[in-house]
Amino acid sequence: MTLYDQLPALLIAVPLFTAPIAYLLRAHGLPWAAATAAVVMTFIISCSIAATVIGGETIVYEMGGWPAPYGIVLHIDALSALLAMLVTGSSAAALIFGAKSLADEVGEEIAPSFFAAWILCTAGLTGMVVTGDAFNIFVFMEISSLSTYILVSAGPDRRALVATYRYIVMGTIGATFYLIGVGFLYMSTGTLNTMDLAARLGDVTELRPVLVAAGFITVGLALKAAIFPLHSWMPNAYTFAPNVVTVFIAAASAKVSLYVMMRIDYAIFYKNIPNHELQLALLLAPMAILALFAGSMLAIYERNLKRLLAYSSVAQVGYIALGIAMSSVAGLTGAIVHMFNHGVIKGGMFMAVACLALRYRSVNIANLAGAGRAMPWTMAAFVIGGLGLIGVPLTPGFISKWYLVLGALEQGGFGAFLVMVILASSLLAVIYVWKVIEVAYFKEPRANAAPIEGEAPLVMLIPTWIVVLTGIWLGINSYVPVTLATLGAETLLGAR
Amino acid sequence: MQLLGLYNYFVFATLLMVGLYCVLARTNIIKSLIGLSIFQSAVFLLYISMDKVDGGTAPIIPSDAPPDIIYANPLPQVLILTAIVVGISTTALGLAVAVRIREAYGTIEEDKIQEMDREQ
Amino acid sequence: MITIIFSLFLLTMLVLVAVAILRTDNLFTAVMLSGIFSLIMAANFFVLDAADVALTEAVIGAGISTVLFLGALALTAEKDRSPPVGSVVPLISAVALGSVIIYAVMQAPRLGDPKAVVHNHVAPWYLEKTPELIDVPNVVTAVLASFRGYDTLGEVFVVFIACMGVMALLGRVRPRKDSIKLTEYEERSRNLRHHLIPRIVGKMLVPFIVLFGLYVQFHGDFGPGGGFQAGALVAAGVILYSLLEGDWRGRELVPEWFSSLLVAAGAFLYASVGVACMVMGGRFLDYSALDSHDPVHGQHLGILLVELGVGMTVTGVMITIFHAFARRGVR
Repeated sequence: MTLYDQLPALLIAVPLFTAPIAYLLRAHGLPWAAATAAVVMTFIISCSIAATVIGGETIVYEMGGWPAPYGIVLHIDALSALLAMLVTGSSAAALIFGAKSLADEVGEEIAPSFFAAWILCTAGLTGMVVTGDAFNIFVFMEISSLSTYILVSAGPDRRALVATYRYIVMGTIGATFYLIGVGFLYMSTGTLNTMDLAARLGDVTELRPVLVAAGFITVGLALKAAIFPLHSWMPNAYTFAPNVVTVFIAAASAKVSLYVMMRIDYAIFYKNIPNHELQLALLLAPMAILALFAGSMLAIYERNLKRLLAYSSVAQVGYIALGIAMSSVAGLTGAIVHMFNHGVIKGGMFMAVACLALRYRSVNIANLAGAGRAMPWTMAAFVIGGLGLIGVPLTPGFISKWYLVLGALEQGGFGAFLVMVILASSLLAVIYVWKVIEVAYFKEPRANAAPIEGEAPLVMLIPTWIVVLTGIWLGINSYVPVTLATLGAETLLGAR
Repeated sequence: MQLLGLYNYFVFATLLMVGLYCVLARTNIIKSLIGLSIFQSAVFLLYISMDKVDGGTAPIIPSDAPPDIIYANPLPQVLILTAIVVGISTTALGLAVAVRIREAYGTIEEDKIQEMDREQ
Repeated sequence: MITIIFSLFLLTMLVLVAVAILRTDNLFTAVMLSGIFSLIMAANFFVLDAADVALTEAVIGAGISTVLFLGALALTAEKDRSPPVGSVVPLISAVALGSVIIYAVMQAPRLGDPKAVVHNHVAPWYLEKTPELIDVPNVVTAVLASFRGYDTLGEVFVVFIACMGVMALLGRVRPRKDSIKLTEYEERSRNLRHHLIPRIVGKMLVPFIVLFGLYVQFHGDFGPGGGFQAGALVAAGVILYSLLEGDWRGRELVPEWFSSLLVAAGAFLYASVGVACMVMGGRFLDYSALDSHDPVHGQHLGILLVELGVGMTVTGVMITIFHAFARRGVR
């Protein structure tokens, strides 16, 4: 076994190995350094795995040397590699960006647990993405959820505690639904390995448990992914978490649940349940369309900038769900690319919000009057991100919406309606992004407002702009995500 | 007789219902968390009911075992060992949050907390 | 036949207790009932031939979970003041959930059906191959620690995170002075120090519980048991001692730095065994690589070490969490 063959395991082993060490480090700044080192390392590993699988290869790594279906295997193809890059990349970017902001928000006393939880959250999300075992997904889902609860509860306001509590309840119900679904699948097939499940489900004659399993798994994951109307836990969790935590979870966390939904619904159920694409469309499409409108409308009427972006995420998750519901290569490609691109866009925007919060000590939109002049670079980053949310050409948002529209047009008459929906929701995005721009650039600050110290420090501004420039680059040259996503979509639909 | 053989699963369904109702309908945080743990325990019952084989015994194979012993299925047991530990972890974290909420708000009734947040 | 009747009786009791928990508005009663619920559940698992799970549920569900709930009650409130009835949405969701499940299980194989598909695919392979490949009598241990060792690794980290979370929430951030009145706290958490008989009898039990825990740890390959159960048992011994003698005496017995160290060291040990296997040329967690001459011996060594890691972490976590709750009220 060369080091190269061991890379898939190292993707999980490196963070798991580092977390206990980070927990024991009690000196100032060291837990952050350990976390950053571990997360950057996993990012490098996932990039090198992505370079391998972009040719269409699939990596299977047998944990403990036991072959599937008896042992647990890691199963990495183009789609999982893309998601692994998103998770580790956003985690690394948020940590580097947050060096100063986190020292500000997270007390010295809880720093060791906070950063150990951060590492494990990254490991949990990555583990969900790369594993090829249905029960193992549950275990890593719990690793990521429990550590996210810690990260959210570290928020400075007491409302962070209530948000955490709601998140715990909803997250646990979602995970338990998933577990019930896996239980019924196991009852019907006697196996837990995803490939083996897909192969054996074809022979199952008594379909009721399988159908119900599909329902439980999809609803459980929809709850975790905060698809409207199951999003109730999400806006407050995003709003009251420490700013840098929001950057990370907004970019990565919901996407991973959507990924698992895609993986299980397409790789396992699609080929084995008759009319599954119809069932999926009937369940997801109404939720997605409602999400597009409700999320955007709620964002328009929101006064808190972080919650505005959270509601915007509800809408953006709606686009992804819509793509999943289409069951076509173009639709799925759109959904996958949008997972990645939205991660980059929202990550960048929440970074800009963290910069604003550092100087203004508030994220109420009304208090940000004059920010366009006081903090030109930060606001410019925010505006570019906003253009991405709207889907203006040359931004990453345009690429993903392009594929979604292509997918919608394949659906015939109903597709025209979907295109209208996508366009209308983009117009609503113009309104809520404009609302922020108007205050920041065209409103005079109140006379009694404290003067602003000026632009955010460079340690925060440079990472923000790296993410923003990555976004622009992805808008111009989207070779990597689109190739990986198309490969992933074709694999899911069994076209290859 | 057919229905009797499914009795475990009916109990599983009932416990899930009681648990979910307790979580969603009660505004008291501790009560909701108790409901949550009933909800999770119900799933343990689902899995463990699958492991039973008629005339079987616990899957411990002594070295001089006669070859015709029937053993229960070990896999659901392993999965549920894992799930029990997840359950207590979630409960512990939830309780810690509840204690902090009590300290910050002076109550653990969600409707009262909501009122206080609205006033803010 | 008698097992079936017994099992029906236990299951019916489960439902009755669950409904009683739902209906009571005294949280103390609800917590005690939920302990009883777990105990009945454990008995039920035993009837269903799941000895390991029964042991775990009894220790963790009925023992430690109840203690944690009581600890939290002492710090919060005694009464559930939810509005009594009339919540329609939860009722509809619950009924919908139940009917969907019943719809599905009507096609489930009956209890104990040897022809059920779960017993005929992966499971027989474990039963057949364990003596040859791993050579420990307890197949549950073999699957837990080796065949699905990666899950168990994840599991250790789940408890590790729970411990970090409780410490982050309760351990180091000081509570506000007026958050709970001292008299109110004392009234709810009077420990057993002044009750002579429980104190003497209870203290006599402590060494036996800890000894049994160690037996379960190292005998887990042969009988029911293993790291999770052992860790929980040892912790239960220490917690019982703290309950009888007062929390500060418990912290003298197992200081906080030691339990934190146990938590991190156990998780670290498990992860290191996995990495060591890679260094020795195998895959992650492939214990066979630990002994180049005799893979079965390598498996034994690996299982011993990871179970030890599990035991250390679980012991440390349970003790740390208990102390975090117990200490919170005493300022």
